[in-house]
Amino acid sequence: MATLGPTLTVKEPRPRHGGGGDVPRFPHGGGDGRGDDGAPDYGERLRRYRLGLAVGIAPIVMLFVSFTSAYIVRQGLGSWDNKLNAYANDWLPVNIPTLLLLINTIILVVSSITMELARRQSAHEAVWAPIADIPGVSVGNERPFPWLGLTVVLGFGFLIGQYLAWRALETRGFFLSTSPSSSFVYLLTGMHALHLAGGILALLYAASTSLLKRPIEARRIVIDVTAWYWHFMALLWIYIFALLQFAR
Amino acid sequence: MSTGHLAPAHAHAAPGGFIRKYIFSLDHKVIGIQYYFLALAAVFTGMFLSLLMRIHMVWPEAVLPIFGTIKPEQYLSLMTMHGTIMVFFVLTTAPQSGFGNYFLPIQIGAPDMAFPTLNMLSFWTTFVSFVVMLAAFFVPGGAPLSGWTSYPTLSALPQAGPGQGLGMDLWVISIAIFCGASLMGALNFITTTLDLRAKGMTLMRMPLTCWAWFITAILGLLAFGVLLAAGILLLMDRNMGTSFFVPGGLIVSGIPIKHNGGSPLLWQHLFWFFGHPEVYIAILPGMGVASQLLSTFSRKPIFGYKAMVYAMLSIGLFGFMVWGHHMFMSGMSPYSAFAFSVLTMAIGVPSAIKTFNWLGTLWKGKIRFQTPMLFAIGFVSLFVSGGLSGPFLAQPSIDIPLHDTYFVVAHFHLIMGVAAIFGIFAGTYYWFPKMFGRMMSEGLGKLHFFLTFIGAYAIFMPMHYLGMAGNPRRYSQFTELKYLAPLLPVHKFITYAAIITISAQLIFVFNLFWSMAKGKKAGQNPWESTTLEWITATPPPHDNFGGVTPVVNHGPYEYSVPGASTDFIMQTDPVQAPTH
Repeated sequence: MATLGPTLTVKEPRPRHGGGGDVPRFPHGGGDGRGDDGAPDYGERLRRYRLGLAVGIAPIVMLFVSFTSAYIVRQGLGSWDNKLNAYANDWLPVNIPTLLLLINTIILVVSSITMELARRQSAHEAVWAPIADIPGVSVGNERPFPWLGLTVVLGFGFLIGQYLAWRALETRGFFLSTSPSSSFVYLLTGMHALHLAGGILALLYAASTSLLKRPIEARRIVIDVTAWYWHFMALLWIYIFALLQFAR
Repeated sequence: MSTGHLAPAHAHAAPGGFIRKYIFSLDHKVIGIQYYFLALAAVFTGMFLSLLMRIHMVWPEAVLPIFGTIKPEQYLSLMTMHGTIMVFFVLTTAPQSGFGNYFLPIQIGAPDMAFPTLNMLSFWTTFVSFVVMLAAFFVPGGAPLSGWTSYPTLSALPQAGPGQGLGMDLWVISIAIFCGASLMGALNFITTTLDLRAKGMTLMRMPLTCWAWFITAILGLLAFGVLLAAGILLLMDRNMGTSFFVPGGLIVSGIPIKHNGGSPLLWQHLFWFFGHPEVYIAILPGMGVASQLLSTFSRKPIFGYKAMVYAMLSIGLFGFMVWGHHMFMSGMSPYSAFAFSVLTMAIGVPSAIKTFNWLGTLWKGKIRFQTPMLFAIGFVSLFVSGGLSGPFLAQPSIDIPLHDTYFVVAHFHLIMGVAAIFGIFAGTYYWFPKMFGRMMSEGLGKLHFFLTFIGAYAIFMPMHYLGMAGNPRRYSQFTELKYLAPLLPVHKFITYAAIITISAQLIFVFNLFWSMAKGKKAGQNPWESTTLEWITATPPPHDNFGGVTPVVNHGPYEYSVPGASTDFIMQTDPVQAPTH
């Protein structure tokens, strides 16, 4: 710290009034996630990716806020009925397969727990990695439980469950274009499934980094950020389920 | 006592090959320039379309290049594509993604954006989006007709017009891709601003340009998700048989439409919830550049720095509460119209704060009338003239008769179009030396300024009168309409002014490319400015500061500080112990 860079010249202090003030304390800043020794500073990088995720969740929230507001507004809106020659409320409540969706919800909540265990596991591994690298030293737990793999399996399980729910909707006579209400059900569940599939891709990527012998810290960042995203997906699903169940 | 500490400051090494260096570059500076040239290509496409429209309006029989004699539906295609290209690929792209990408990291003392790969991805996604948009011209039926706002049911039904088939699909897909690109960009801007500021660069020491980019990114982050939602619904209506926006009982060309139960108003709400913040996405970066330049070239600190920041924040906040003022015509309840009206006029307060602070900055300054400064002053002028018609249109009782007339065209072109373009020009003349290492020609720059400034007013001022005289917008020609015949000379005047003004832009393009090769070599700090981009080499090295991270000791606009030996104090200059 506090040594001069090669290209920047420092002006000698000149007597001068005003301006400046004290240098504020600013805990983080500059750099790009590398410490002074040139090694990547994974702590800083992890914080940045978490911040990026928090920022990135905002537009997803806005997307579903938009869908929700369209859903609620459309529900209360009459549409023009040619036969009656007047506005009429033609909202057709969708009879969603509640039990099946409840099972899916449980699967997703459990996957959120396994995801959290995988996140803590990888954080733990990252902390112990330097010691585990020393030959002849065992930090125990050589073959950790595959929480990550279990999460991926549960994620796929949820997607299959959602597919079954769509089939159940079809057998009940609610197709995508049956009525605006059924369109909204497919839209909300479908967009959520799409976002969850993105989370599964991220987990598969994390799993592949372990095969590619990437640094444990880099893998940890992917798992950590995906875990927060995953929890967000679980919350989002509970919200959507509640919306479809109680505001149909 | 130092300006920096040693740190190998860059995550990725300077790339070697041509493709990694100039095409798929991770360097925010290269990406910024890529965005800039994308916007330059787009602005000339958009201007060409407007030229065709202006010529067609007054000489409807004229045979024009590429399009021949323009049919009414072709006029609507031109209008749609002009608006879309200008709003998305010029006004959203150049000031924010172009200059923001290049100068946000440098001005806050960072070696690059927070996520360089995401940054590259967001540029190339924007590029794909632009290509898809242009492709709409070349598909059967041609480009869509429904305007940049794409109101259903016109936009939702392929039967509704010649351009409403594949052309419209391409339009929606292009906009959806653009949303994705903008969201990636916004994420990067926000994370970079929050996380990568150099030591001492507190939020309240950031140049106002950075504040503008930061707030714009927040607006983009919250607004583009909503447009994406609307676009998804529209695509589903068009291709999957849903009825979000299409009501029942429609008959197009004698054939009943199958859709049933949708509401076209839903689109308007979703679209304008995005659309109004989008207006500020276009203008806020220009405000930032104007603030930076007025302070620099007046050799005075910006008047009311904090007030400027809070004014921008409140403009951004209010921007999300006023979307209804675009919909006074839609038959909304007078009570909601009143609420939207009051909130809209409230935006006049922070806007006036900004304007008076700009004037206060100029007051008794040692003004250097160089080209960037002229464009910054031009920005303020256009912002005032375009902004003043805002409170008129904010009132439902005045908006309803004026809404579908040229008054609105005049309003939004002055404030959103030309003012933002002046912000881009100001930024170009100001930062060109840093970006390309040479100065732009002052003589040509001033000629360009006066022609464009007078030309812009000559084009858009008369449109207010056209609007008040009842000339409707979106009509392809007026020569057949008797009651508009007395207005035709005004239209001819506007067309002549447009031809001259658009031709004058060739001076700018010549100046731009000629100066890149032959301009006078630029020093490190040709404008004697204080912000961080001027402490580094010209053009900046790959990691921006040549291996060091700067330490910031001063606010961004310390000009003419009493007792200082120069009339400007760089942000990295050492702190002086007070001598009492």
